[in-house]
Formats: sequence, structure tokens, C-alpha cells
Amino acid sequence: MSGTYLGMPAFPRAARDAVRDTTLRGNLRHATHTIRDKRARAVAELADWQELRAAGKAIKDRTLRHLDHYLVRLEEAVTAAGGTVHWAADAAEANAIVTYLVKATGESEVVKVKSMATQEIGLNEALEAEGIRAYETDLAELIVQLGEDRPSHILVPAIHRNRAEIRDIFDQEMGRWGRPAPEGLSDSPAELAEAARLHLREKFLRAKVGISGANFMVAETGTLVVVESEGNGRMCLTLPETLISVVGIEKVVPTWQDLEVFLQLLPRSSTAERMNPYTSTWTGTTDSDGPQNFHLVLLDNGRTDTLADEVGRQALRCIRCSACLNVCPVYERAGGHAYGSVYPGPIGAILSPQLRGTASEIDASLPYASSLCGACYEVCPVAIDIPEVLVHLRERVVQGGEVTRNGVKVTLRPAKGHAAERAAMRAARWALDHPGALRAGQRLASRTRRLHPKRLPGPGRAWTDTRTLPEVPEESFRDWWQRTRGGDR
Amino acid sequence: MNSSRERVLARVRRALADVPREERPRDHRVERGYLRAHGERTVEETTALLAENLADYRAVVHRTRASGLPDLIARLLERHGSRSVLVPPGLPAPWTAACHATRVDDLAASTPHELDAVDSVVTGCAVAIAETGTLVLDGGPGQGRRRITLVPDHHICVVRVPEQVVDSVPLALERLDPTRPLTWISGPSATSDIELDRVEGVHGPRTLEVVLVEADPAGATDENP
Ligand code: SF4
Repeated sequence: MSGTYLGMPAFPRAARDAVRDTTLRGNLRHATHTIRDKRARAVAELADWQELRAAGKAIKDRTLRHLDHYLVRLEEAVTAAGGTVHWAADAAEANAIVTYLVKATGESEVVKVKSMATQEIGLNEALEAEGIRAYETDLAELIVQLGEDRPSHILVPAIHRNRAEIRDIFDQEMGRWGRPAPEGLSDSPAELAEAARLHLREKFLRAKVGISGANFMVAETGTLVVVESEGNGRMCLTLPETLISVVGIEKVVPTWQDLEVFLQLLPRSSTAERMNPYTSTWTGTTDSDGPQNFHLVLLDNGRTDTLADEVGRQALRCIRCSACLNVCPVYERAGGHAYGSVYPGPIGAILSPQLRGTASEIDASLPYASSLCGACYEVCPVAIDIPEVLVHLRERVVQGGEVTRNGVKVTLRPAKGHAAERAAMRAARWALDHPGALRAGQRLASRTRRLHPKRLPGPGRAWTDTRTLPEVPEESFRDWWQRTRGGDR
Repeated sequence: MNSSRERVLARVRRALADVPREERPRDHRVERGYLRAHGERTVEETTALLAENLADYRAVVHRTRASGLPDLIARLLERHGSRSVLVPPGLPAPWTAACHATRVDDLAASTPHELDAVDSVVTGCAVAIAETGTLVLDGGPGQGRRRITLVPDHHICVVRVPEQVVDSVPLALERLDPTRPLTWISGPSATSDIELDRVEGVHGPRTLEVVLVEADPAGATDENP
């Protein structure tokens, strides 16, 4: 991944600092609880949610198991529709391709719609180094960019900032990037949004090159899909003459019909809306409507390594809805920055160490950034068993073993100083390998409560430093579910 | 960049060594046990649900008969104080026949700055989805280029009921052509990025008005062709 997050302290230290920051915790708590409650209501509206979730999981698994087939089909379809497809094995290649494409237009600035893939590869910095200025246009991303900050949430990247902080950032920084903030700007959200509208509109209207990611790519038709709220996406996707989309190879879905599943799962799971305000789909280029040059950069950057791990592969099903962040007790207290990656929260804890490997301290510590309470799995619209992958990755950190790095099989050595955890991990692994035993295993955990540590190892330590580790509940989540809701199924 | 293509595809294939060689994509089952629509509704119920969900997402909803449409559109433009209105090619001429606002045609050559100077835009749509309160535009004759419903601050969208209304997302996708660029609109542009307070209109139109228009009852004289 990019250098953006290098030099981050490992999760324990970062989390400890964050936990002490009461403003941050207050902002985060308010946000995660608000979204969480709204989401539960939006999901409850659909009687077939579990069936949609099962279909979403199955479609993604089908795609991943035959990813080569679908990528080749996608390439054919995009090309036939007038687009150009590029392949990038890693961040450096992707950045080089995009830089080359922008330079070929003769432009020295681009407008960007929020994209985690381009954050992951550090595209803005790479462009900057070549004299190209990239303007983030999502309101939250603008706040982050102007504040020379980093995003802390997938969906609401500036959630760690309150309105007074945002006002100050706009007041001090907008002028350096373009149209300054209006005189006497207050901290009312409406006024702040208006300031952003004016500041960015000037950029949209003159932009010749737009850069985006995509939420989905349809192999059958070559269609790309972007889901958003503000309209900055539509601006970037339709006003410029050239559009460059940088998309992870796992974002492909087989057919147009498959969108009926994801366009129901994603909005309700992420923003808790029946449908987000804007969704754009485009297939190559269209005469005199929208960009006349379309480039799709297909990004690997560790995804095929993740694919090679039969347990960890499921992380590639993620549709980046951020629901798992909002239910995670560790995320709520530690904040997104503590994860040292563009992918925070439970999904970040399993995705980053797979995309980047576990060589660095932060990446080795991420699989421990969880209390394994299971809430993330229950909420995930594509049923990624995050706890299972966490335990699997912990075991890898502790015991070492064979993994794929940059397409090559390598053998990891066990990390030092984790010997005490090894036995516990083996037990957990056994339980997860035997689904039938999981229920029994959780009860076992309940019965052996006094054997559990008072402090969590790894990154969880910072969390347990400031509170007592919650007791392992008498009743496991699954038991509770069976008793309270499962009965009527 | 061809070598990267081969490299990535080779890595994918190596990574999938556990997938049986003879397995075809279709062999991995996808159960579509989910619903095509959430509930059985009469035409009137579907229309009412559309109106309710649009309003819930802060679109302003109006209902009229075809014969009342020109006057309604003229009134809406007036109330918004619009002096100019963008019109896509193929918008039925009667729709804006009663307007005082200056009509501006959607031309390929017009610049974003020119569009920015227009007050309102009137379009039709391809499909509207009742369960989600969503309008889908596909660039058809009464809808124009994607950008015209984005840059002006006021969008009036006309939906013909019941023909253009479906219950659900699955039923909408069935009707849409993926080769056309599609814009799905659910309420006006909005952000919740500042302390999760919802604010309308960061970049797209701040006001979205939806007109649900029904045919005149059979036998009524056709005053507006
Ligand atoms: S892991 Fe699941 S819940 Fe978390 S962001 Fe991804 S899709 Fe959403």
C-alpha cells in the first residue's frame, strides 16, 4: 500500500492515544450509534434481508472463485463499449498509469470522487510529485484534505471532526486551494455545506479530467456503478472530458441482474437509506453525453494474495458499507486512525494485514484489534465471518506459515512474544474449523471465564488498559439469538 | 501494460488452485430466494408509496392530470423564481407551453458554465421505483444529457403514472438498458458529513420536485394535445 500511513504507531499505542481524546470519542460514539440505530430500522423494512444477504454472499463467492473469467469478460465488454482497460499489479503501477493518462491530456489538475482504492495506493501524493493537483470533492474528503488529515471512517471520513473544527479548517485553508470561505462563516452545517458548494463548483465547472473508483463493475455488460449522496460523484463522472476509474479487481459482479441484490444491500447497510440520493451507471462512453475518453485501471495490489488464502478470501466480498465499523466496540473507542490504514474497523483489521502482509508492527497487531464479540459478522450484508478471519490471521502471526506475497508463496516465521496466546488461538481455531462445535465452543468459553486474561493481548491492550475487560457473557450471542429470535424461524 | 495483465491473471489463477478445475461459474450456486417486490399493491397503492417515499427523502411531490401539467409546471417555475429553464430535446412541447421562463435547449456544445447560469430544468424519466422513492433517468429523448439534471439548482421531473412506476429495484433493473448511462435519483442532493446533520444540496439540485401525471379520464376533451 501507499506511504500515506507509514510511520503510524502500531494499533496499541495509536488506540491508547485515541481513547484519551475525549472529543474524538464523543464524536465517534454519537456517530456510530446514530447510524447503527437508523440502519437497523432500514434493514427491518425488508422481510427478505437474510435471503438478500445470502444471495450477496453467493454472488461474490461465485465471482471470486472464477475471478479470471469475469475479469476477462469485463475487459471485453468495457473495450467494446469504447473504454480502455489497464491492469496494475501494484500501487506503483497504478499510479504510473494514472499519471501517464493525466499528463497525456495536458492537464495539471483533476477532480476526484471519493475512492478508497486511490487512497490505498496514495494516488494524490503520486500525482502531486508529478506536478498534478488532485482535488477531493466529497464534502468529508474535502474536510480531510484541507485539514491535512486522514480519513477515519469508510462512509463518513471526517466523522472525527466536529462542526467547530470544520469551520476553522474551511476558514483557514480554503483560500490556499481555490475560492476562500465566505466572510463570517458560522459553524452551522448548512453554511458549511454552502461554503463547500461554492468552493468546489468552481473546480467542477472547469475540470477536464475526473478520477473515480466504483462500487461495482458488471462483467456481462462492462457497466460501472458509483453510489453516492452529494452529486460530486455525478459532477466528476459527467462533466470532464476524460474519466479515469481506478477499481480493485474484487469489485466485479457477473451480471446486470446481480445489481438488484447489491443495490438493495448497500444503501440500507451503509447510510441506512432505502436508496442513496444518487447512483450513476455508465458503460464505456456515450456520444455527446459525459466523458469522451474512459479509462479503467484494474488494481491488484495485494488482492490476489488475499484471494490465495482460502479463509481470508472472504474479505474480498466486502462492499465497503461500513456497517461493521458502527457496531464495533473497539472501533468506537479507538477511532479509525488507530488502524493505520484506509480500511478501518473490523474490515480493516482483516483486509489490511492481508493486502499488506503482517511484516510491520501495525499489520501484525491488527488481527488483535477485536474483542471477537461477533457483532461485525451479524451485521455484514455479505456475511463475511470477520471473527473467523481474525482468529486465522492471529494464528498466522503467532505460528507463521505459508502465505502468498506479491504472487509468490513465502513462509512466515512466527512472531516473537506471542507464545502465551498460542494455545488459546489453537483452541479457537479448532472451534472455528468445526462449525458444529462453534456453539459448544462458545459455551466452553463461557465456562472457562476465569481462565481468560484480564487484559487483551496486542492492540486490544490499549482498550483494556482504560477499562476492565468485559466478562465473557454467560450466554453466547448465538445462544441468545436462538432463544430470542431464532425460535420463530 | 500487457505484461501486468498477464501477471495479474496468472496470480488469480494460482490463487484459485483450490477451486476444482472442472467447476464452471454457474456450478457455484446462487439462491435467489429474495422477493421480486415487497408486498402486493394495487396501482394506486404503488403510486401512493412512491409519493410517500419521495417526500420522505425531501422531494416535493405533486399530482395532476395530463391536461393540468402545463399550468402546474409554469406555476412551479414561477414559485421558484426561475427566469430560465433547461429543456431536453424530445420533451413534449406542451409541458412547457405555459411557461414564462426563457427556454434553454440542452446542446452538446453548451459549457458547464452556461448550464450553471440556468435556474431550472424540466425532464421526464425512464422508470420510478415506489419502494425506494427513486427516479431513474436513462438519457432518453425527454431526459437529455446526464449533466442537465445536475448543474441547475432546481429539477422538475415528470413521471407518467402508472406506466413508468414499478414496485421494486429488481423490477426496475429488468426494464433498464445497461448500455445507456443511467442516473438514479432519490431525493435531492444531500450530505450528512458534518456531525451527521442532513443538509440538502451540496452539489446537485437543492430542490427536486416530482410531478406524478395521470392520463385524463377517457372521454375528456383533449384540450392540451
Ligand atoms: S466487511 Fe461487511 S459490514 Fe464491513 S464494510 Fe465490508 S461489507 Fe460492510
